[in-house]
Amino acid sequence: MATASKSSDMNRRGFLRVSFAAAGGLFVSLYLEPRFAFAQEAGGQPQAPKNYPPDAFVNIRPDGKIVIQVNRLEFGQGVQTALPMLLADELDADWSNVIADLAPAADVYKDPMFGIQMVGGSGSIAHSYQQYRELGAKTRAMLVAAAAERWNTTPAQCRTEASVVHGPGGRSATYAELAGDAARKPVPANVTLKKATELRFVGKKVKRLDSRPKCDGTLKFGLDLDLPGMKVAVVAHPPVFGARVKRIVDDEARRVEGVRDVFEIQLAKGSGVAVVADKFWPAKQARSRLKIEWDTTGLDKADSAELWTRYKQLGSTPGTVAVSNGDVKTLDQLPGDKRIVAEFEFPFLAHAPMEPLNTTIRFDGDRAEVWAGSQFQTVDQMAIAEVLGLKPEQVTFHTEMAGGGFGRRAVADSHVQREAATIAKRLRGTPLKLVWTREDDVQGGYYRPMHFHRVEVGIGADGLPAAWRHVIVGQSITADTPFAAFVVKNGVDSTMTEGVADTHYNLKNHHVSVHHPKVNVPVLWWRSVGHTHTAFVMETLIDELAMRARVDPIAYRRRLLKPEAKKLLRPLELLDTATARWRNRLPKGHALGISCHESFGTGVACAVDVSIENKRPRVHRAAVAVDCGLAVNPLSVESQFQAGLGFGLSQMMAKGAITLKDGVVEQRNFDGFVPPYIIDAPMAVDVHIVPSTEAPTGCGEPPVPVISPAVANALARLTGKRYRSLPLVSL
Amino acid sequence: MPGIRAGLVVSAVVAVSLTVGVLVNAHDSNSTAQGLAAWEQVYSVLISPRCINCHTATNYPQQGDDRHRHVANVVRGPEGKGVPGLNCASCHQETNADSTGVPGGHNWHLAPLEMRWQDTNDRPLSSADVCRQITDRKRNHNLDGPGLLKHHEEEALVKWAWNPGRRPDGAMRTLPPLTHEQFVAATRRWVEAGTPCPQGK
Amino acid sequence: MATYQLNINGQRKEVNVDPSTPLLWVLREDLKMTGTKFGCGISACGACTVHVAGVATRSCIVPVSHIGERAIVTIEGIGQDTVGRAVQDAWVDTDVVQCGYCQSGQIMAAVALLKHTPKPTDANIDESMGGNICRCATYVRIREAIKNAAAELTKGGE
Repeated sequence: MATASKSSDMNRRGFLRVSFAAAGGLFVSLYLEPRFAFAQEAGGQPQAPKNYPPDAFVNIRPDGKIVIQVNRLEFGQGVQTALPMLLADELDADWSNVIADLAPAADVYKDPMFGIQMVGGSGSIAHSYQQYRELGAKTRAMLVAAAAERWNTTPAQCRTEASVVHGPGGRSATYAELAGDAARKPVPANVTLKKATELRFVGKKVKRLDSRPKCDGTLKFGLDLDLPGMKVAVVAHPPVFGARVKRIVDDEARRVEGVRDVFEIQLAKGSGVAVVADKFWPAKQARSRLKIEWDTTGLDKADSAELWTRYKQLGSTPGTVAVSNGDVKTLDQLPGDKRIVAEFEFPFLAHAPMEPLNTTIRFDGDRAEVWAGSQFQTVDQMAIAEVLGLKPEQVTFHTEMAGGGFGRRAVADSHVQREAATIAKRLRGTPLKLVWTREDDVQGGYYRPMHFHRVEVGIGADGLPAAWRHVIVGQSITADTPFAAFVVKNGVDSTMTEGVADTHYNLKNHHVSVHHPKVNVPVLWWRSVGHTHTAFVMETLIDELAMRARVDPIAYRRRLLKPEAKKLLRPLELLDTATARWRNRLPKGHALGISCHESFGTGVACAVDVSIENKRPRVHRAAVAVDCGLAVNPLSVESQFQAGLGFGLSQMMAKGAITLKDGVVEQRNFDGFVPPYIIDAPMAVDVHIVPSTEAPTGCGEPPVPVISPAVANALARLTGKRYRSLPLVSL
Repeated sequence: MPGIRAGLVVSAVVAVSLTVGVLVNAHDSNSTAQGLAAWEQVYSVLISPRCINCHTATNYPQQGDDRHRHVANVVRGPEGKGVPGLNCASCHQETNADSTGVPGGHNWHLAPLEMRWQDTNDRPLSSADVCRQITDRKRNHNLDGPGLLKHHEEEALVKWAWNPGRRPDGAMRTLPPLTHEQFVAATRRWVEAGTPCPQGK
Repeated sequence: MATYQLNINGQRKEVNVDPSTPLLWVLREDLKMTGTKFGCGISACGACTVHVAGVATRSCIVPVSHIGERAIVTIEGIGQDTVGRAVQDAWVDTDVVQCGYCQSGQIMAAVALLKHTPKPTDANIDESMGGNICRCATYVRIREAIKNAAAELTKGGE
């Protein structure tokens, strides 16, 4: 949809633009500048916006359709429906005529809290809730002002419903009719948002806007992009991270029909060999015919078995202190039966989103155009610009719908985009789609790091933990990235200690320390980050303590939690009542598992009904109780939890680990690194939402941490064994 | 190809008469010993991955020389051909697909459970057990000795074991320990000796 | 290169490709039918599932040269079929999708299941859908949608 824009009028509160569609219709776009308001609230200086694309947030079209721009990637989490809901509700828009669009990279679309355009930290709704409501309310105020002027009345005399302004004397006008006049009204500085009772669909179950095109094959993901003259590239990546190409024999590869070029390229780490072809299949065929000698001189060849030995040694010594409360020395005097000493192992994990990683770039010398499903538009745009010798604003960055991500599309070094840009630079003028095959993905690094935990717990006379000494070993995810400044404090990467250091359990004598070894394996946040392993450690230990104390696992947790841990106490209470009818009456051979964990501001309590079938855990039923503040779209919250539990079970899969031998990843594809299939996922999941009017918190990541410990706790009841190492290779 | 068929019938008749002859001249211990030796050769082929991977006792086929469980939760299904949505034919076509490493052959399917040559822990059954199965007409589609010989000589999926195509990594799949000719010859000697089976378990 | 006449969604399509090319890439790149997805390339995830002569087929590992005259139905065409349409509608009504990338394949597998098993049990669903990966793990709603589609399709029958 080509638009030509005319007359931009900027003021301190926002700016408006009337644009004309190539087809001739009048398009009115309202541009508001939310970041300005946030900056002011924070006492900062407002920055002039730049590089605005057309239709910044709301476009009321003459045909009555209202196009709402979504300021971040949709990759399953439902934000493409939830953010428009917030805006449209305040706008009193006719929901059936709302169209959601993923916004390209631009300053105006930066996350109001993070200051870059991104998806992460389960912040989509939490951070843009206020922003989108205000945008809707301000747009509505301008439409009402236009109507009031037209009818010679006051805005107070007008009301709005389903994209229509109603005035005195039965007069009415549609938003589309008023849009032109409204665009000339000043953007109000302040608006009153609706009271909770006035909201029409926020807080109610609303179906996703993107379902139908995802069910009939019409929705285009990044990988589906096709541009005239486009070439496809695959890259032979080094078998050891950071290795460099020493010698290439490519005669056979070049003989594959459709292959255009084969050349060495610089990678974020080391170098690789790019194969450019007319289509994917010849590119892949040619790559398999390359003979490459690699130079691994001076590289650390990571080896899982060796790493475990090293981690275990490190874990037996105190590390950099993250928490030191009270006194844990009492532990050393306790008799064995009053002490639990537990060691936990967690392997590397691949994200393996269903849509393989890809990026399409056309480089035209003085500008470039990019199409990518990115969680990190700002970062990726800058990286591409750097590779191409451009300024970021010379790089038009389209956000493409992504087939999952789970953190994998938010990489500080933008290695996939750099790779694509490096190849596209050579192809100047020709669009280039870089495709990572599943093998590239599984073997390509950027994993959830390996972790080792050693925990000593002293048990008090009351059965509660009297002292807790905890050492965690694992690579820092953020070290050597710009995020270290925010996340690493006093040598402790808080993304590794979250869930332990800030536990809501009342541990008066609590000591946590860490080791961050350097390992030649790139690591990354994996949906719920540190909570992936810390929740497992905490919740299986708490369960063990409850069992030793012969106290009901829900009651034990409620007793041990700090009174201010409302986000966990409320879900536990709700879980207790909601599962009362089934949880203690399970069939023979089944067992109950309980866990609770707060992450990203959302508290979750979980109960599972588990048996053992074919030597694997079978989750017949799971129930979660969730406190995520106001559930903007309860249907989406329900879906995120139902499926997020299944995702979390990735950690339990028999082949759910990435391992390395002599520097080389041992798994190649979904035959070696196996995500949960339908038989591995819970058969039914009940989601109970704590009623709340508090500000919404995230639901993308919080489902993940609770499920593995809940299942492990159920298995412990079935087998009498405690499960301390993941994945669950055998029972 | 009626000519060939006729020829086979003739040889089958010869085989039958030979078998009968052996039985008539009962207690020809020399012949039985030769037959048992031939059987062990046949058995060495039957328990090779190319054959035994689809003669499982479980709900699934196996893959590879390590005989691991077939990926993607492929199941036997009511007729040994998988289930709707996940049939053998979902991947396996009439011939091998060497560019993608998927083996293929006409009517690709699992042998029925009564023809299992493994226990439920995926361990091959003993030579005696496999022999008893393969000669039990209630469990072998009612094949007599010549029928078995014909099966080994002509059946498409049997012959596939000697033309198993390339693996996904491009390498050729490994072959059974005997050539097809040797396998057929061993089967013939065993059949001619009256399909004797080893004693015991 | 070789020329193939393919019967896809009831239409005749001619392509000129290398015989080794998997059907998936012929669909996606030569015919621009991108509803069928690339997930693993080794038939382990099912994102590429289409129907070939009514059999749910993993198009990522079946070379185009193996197709012959058999009719191909893809996600773009399955809605013309009663069962196909019912499954797609159930998927939308049940709000199954999240990222949605695997759902073309899930739907194609579910249609194959329901065509043979109008009233599937949980065990039928586990087996027939057992080879399709949804990395978001929307399995609870996939199961529900299959049952909803089955109920809709068998309504008024018996």
